[in-house]
Amino acid sequence: MKVLVPVKRVIDYNVKVRVKPDQTGVDLANVKMSMNPFDEIATEEAVRLKENGVATEVIAVSIGPVQAQETIRTALAMGADRGILIQTDVDVEPLAVAKLLKAVVAEESPDLIVMGKQAIDGDNNAVGQMLAALLDWPQATFASKIEVSGDKASVTREIDGGLQTLEVSLPAVITVDLRLNEPRYASLPNIMKAKKKEIAMKTPADYGVDVASKLKVLKVTEPPKRSAGVKVDNAADLVAKLKSEAGVL
Amino acid sequence: MAVLIVADHTNAALGEATAKTVAAAHKLGGDIDILVAGQGAKAAADAAAKLAGVRKVLLAESDALGHHLAEAVTDTVVSLAGSYDAILIPATSAGKNYAPRIAAKLDVNQITDVIEVVSADTFVRPIYAGNALETVQSSDAKKVITVRPTAFKPVADGGSAPVETVVATAAAGREAGFVGEEVVKSDRPELAGAKIVVSGGRAMGSADEFHRVIEPLADKLGAAVGASRAAVDAGYAPNDYQVGQTGKVVAPDLYIAVGISGAIQHLAGMKDSKVIVAINKDADAPIFQVADYGIVGDYKTIVPELMAALG
Repeated sequence: MKVLVPVKRVIDYNVKVRVKPDQTGVDLANVKMSMNPFDEIATEEAVRLKENGVATEVIAVSIGPVQAQETIRTALAMGADRGILIQTDVDVEPLAVAKLLKAVVAEESPDLIVMGKQAIDGDNNAVGQMLAALLDWPQATFASKIEVSGDKASVTREIDGGLQTLEVSLPAVITVDLRLNEPRYASLPNIMKAKKKEIAMKTPADYGVDVASKLKVLKVTEPPKRSAGVKVDNAADLVAKLKSEAGVL
Repeated sequence: MAVLIVADHTNAALGEATAKTVAAAHKLGGDIDILVAGQGAKAAADAAAKLAGVRKVLLAESDALGHHLAEAVTDTVVSLAGSYDAILIPATSAGKNYAPRIAAKLDVNQITDVIEVVSADTFVRPIYAGNALETVQSSDAKKVITVRPTAFKPVADGGSAPVETVVATAAAGREAGFVGEEVVKSDRPELAGAKIVVSGGRAMGSADEFHRVIEPLADKLGAAVGASRAAVDAGYAPNDYQVGQTGKVVAPDLYIAVGISGAIQHLAGMKDSKVIVAINKDADAPIFQVADYGIVGDYKTIVPELMAALG
């Protein structure tokens, strides 16, 4: 069974995001970049499927600048077998990402696509569902548990107020949530080994997909700033203030 | 201009997120219809018909719709989409599941998590977990928009729209099958929609201490329980408690952070709360820079005092 894992290079989740003064976007110059945390969870799950003898090959695919090779290397060091980079400097929108991935699926014929539920930059939470729609495959989003047996996967997913379990026949798209697993750190020998693994270099044109933006970004601004409030001396004062001043109790 | 809202509901009841999405739709202007796609969902449809400013309610019923399965909801919405210029969907977990599928079937980008309607084609949405706001303009003839419920005030009741039954379109392709559902039986409100949230951080030191300190305070206030990523990573609290960029984004009326230093990734998940209270023994902790009320001190003494003061 072949598993495809899309991975995105994003600003590291611990970095303070700064909006550019000209309001054209977020400043990414000299900022630490990492694999999207949800994609790490997806990679971990795919690698575990391989270790458990369910998957035979795990392919990591990324769409982004040439540096996104590092993100693919991270996936390879975690245990993915090979990578594909669709190189572009355009900030590709979710629908175009889904179209590119659909083209990759046509070439690779994976049985399962496991991917992060959302990237922590654009926060769209859309590509997995869009890809499932374009492929006409069943989808199971926000997975906190995945069990694959034969040509079916049982997926427990997080819904408001609880959990829902779905059964999807493969091929299918599964997007993963935080609770699914704890991603491993790649060991030094595996990082060394990953350097020898193959990354195929492609472009959006190779797949005949137009990646030009459809949604026009007029401006990117800072959210209204919160200012520090007051220090209160004790709990009784706090309760009094919450009742009278803030009116929230 | 005609707008279709895909209702958030539990079949038996209409979710409050629906009335909030109607408020967003009013800002777009035009006729507003609400689709209730469910099973045995007449009660939810009747509740939707009472919302102010709604032209009509469409009720589609099937087993798959009753479980909000994305494939069935998508095909039903797409079959109705022809007569609408915009499709608005509350960004609840159900809405987030099917909205992008609908957008892709209509070959348009989704405008995600809208917090402000600037005009009929221009919207403000948070990116980077709310650390930046993006104003986007869409030229798509048909727009698929998800609406962040916490950003809009619900419209009041007062309408009396007719309820029409429409055909539930069966999913054309392979679809996921429903196996079961386990709704957490907790007396506490759900974290994402709670009016009050009490969160604990790494200062708790252990899972036992987290239970002992945070949970009774939350229960006294009728609050949901949250945690910082540090507390979750240390194993003091389960992952679904996590508030932050990689966890849940919350915006309650009152957020009480106990022993949380205020790492960027945590602040991203709670800084839109109306009132923030921080209890921390480090007076320089970053959490105090966003807190409306801060108490510098050890939670071990402050929390019991707080419990007592609450009576």
